[in-house]
Amino acid sequence: MVLSLPFSPVIQSRLRWWLLFLLPLWPLANLVWLGVSNDLGTDPAKFIVDEMGTWAINFLWITLAITPARQALGWSWALKFRRMMGLYALFYAVLHLLAFCTFLIGWRSDLFFRELTERPYIIVGALALLILIPMGITSTKSMMRRLGKRWKSLHRWIYPASLLVMLHFIWQIRASFYEQLIYGLILAVLLGYRLYLRYQR
Amino acid sequence: MLIKKPDSIKSSQITPESVYRNRRQFIKAGLGLAAVSSLGLPSIAQALEYDIPADLPQYPGPEWMRAQLAAAVRNETFSTSEEPAPYYNAITHNNFYEFGTDKRDPVRKAQNFKTDPWTVEIAGEVAKPGNYNLEDILKPHALEDRVYRLRCVEAWSMVIPWLGFPLADLIKRFEPTSKAKFVRFETLVDKEQMPEQDSIFSTIDWPYVEGLRMDEAMNPLTLMAVGVYGNALPPQNGAPLRLVVPWKYGFKSIKSIVKIEFVEEMPASSWNIIAPGEYGFFANVNPEVDHPRWSQATERRLPSSLLSPNIVDTLPYNGYGEEVAQMYKGMDLKKWY
Repeated sequence: MVLSLPFSPVIQSRLRWWLLFLLPLWPLANLVWLGVSNDLGTDPAKFIVDEMGTWAINFLWITLAITPARQALGWSWALKFRRMMGLYALFYAVLHLLAFCTFLIGWRSDLFFRELTERPYIIVGALALLILIPMGITSTKSMMRRLGKRWKSLHRWIYPASLLVMLHFIWQIRASFYEQLIYGLILAVLLGYRLYLRYQR
Repeated sequence: MLIKKPDSIKSSQITPESVYRNRRQFIKAGLGLAAVSSLGLPSIAQALEYDIPADLPQYPGPEWMRAQLAAAVRNETFSTSEEPAPYYNAITHNNFYEFGTDKRDPVRKAQNFKTDPWTVEIAGEVAKPGNYNLEDILKPHALEDRVYRLRCVEAWSMVIPWLGFPLADLIKRFEPTSKAKFVRFETLVDKEQMPEQDSIFSTIDWPYVEGLRMDEAMNPLTLMAVGVYGNALPPQNGAPLRLVVPWKYGFKSIKSIVKIEFVEEMPASSWNIIAPGEYGFFANVNPEVDHPRWSQATERRLPSSLLSPNIVDTLPYNGYGEEVAQMYKGMDLKKWY
């Protein structure tokens, strides 16, 4: 396994926690670095918005991959990080929205309202974010305890959210559908795995 | 000179904006003096001078083109007084899907694109059809420098100084017949040189095709460009010959033209074929008619910085209404978008 280190199991587990906590901050750090060194290209607004969106999708897919990784590959340790990865998906989705508001529409409420009501791909993106927010809020251990069984059914909303995110992404295809095809295939595998399990039962 | 790694150009090596602007003001003041001392002359000023940082590649063009490029004069009548984008931005940020779909793909992948010798086929309803060397096509024309606004349908825009000549002058030379109602253009197909044409994920059916109605093609604003910033066109910007139609979205301004055909019927255009609900044949810049996916009410004037995104309201016909609006009188612009 990648993360087996020559330390005691406790230290190993702590190292892994810190690594998996800090690594997802890399895309943000990289962007800040590019911004500081004035290296974001000619259209930095678009670049940042796209980048944050892509990482929101990446972490959403990673979150969905944890159950198959645990069951099919035996990565039992991975479950501990599922909520963390989900929170990072929400984190980048919120940054994606903030970047959109700040850099693409300059916080103009008239534009914001128009985009949110007239642009189908923005509507589905916003819906996906609205679904992720309550999941983020209820991601603490105490909320898990308090909600009990309902926690699980609430967090199953990740499935419709991921489909909305995929639609949001597909709706932006212009001259090439390469990226969307790759992301779509991965999502099909991740969701198909669940369907398969259900069918098995 | 080739750009192998455009990303390796450090921001510190680019002329600071303040220096750049001062220099421009200095040049403008000089032009002002020149204009005063040449009262009575038409509104054509001279001395094309663009700040091209020494570490950025320049594109002198083929030997035979250089004297023509050097003799170009600014056409003030058709030029905006807005500040052109820095050279670096204009040559590193554009769409040229034959070379890839990222804005930086063209500059990365087009540097070895062979643009000389170059042949253009003149075809269709025209008295003098045939295959012509670019040199022969260009020979009779004096080149003009025109600073135009370029508005992309993706809602970014840039001010760019083109070098070229009116398409109308070219059309007249080849004598279209009375049947010629539209002009149809084609870009080169060359899978060896243009990697995206070989992609199985592409939604474009190559070659890239565009068209104009005859009166649009004859409009004095419509330019056949062979250069930018006082030089030849860089390959990524559509060398050696491209169209520039400043009141239409950028995708109408077809690059690296190999065929000009005069036709009776409105030609199919590439984006209109891919998504007819989103891209019309006319594609006039219009803040009132949104693209289904992107609002067209505003645009980001590039280069923009994070602290000031430089969002400006989009003007009808990209601000060229006075010159072109009469061509669309009585047309429903929501239908003919």
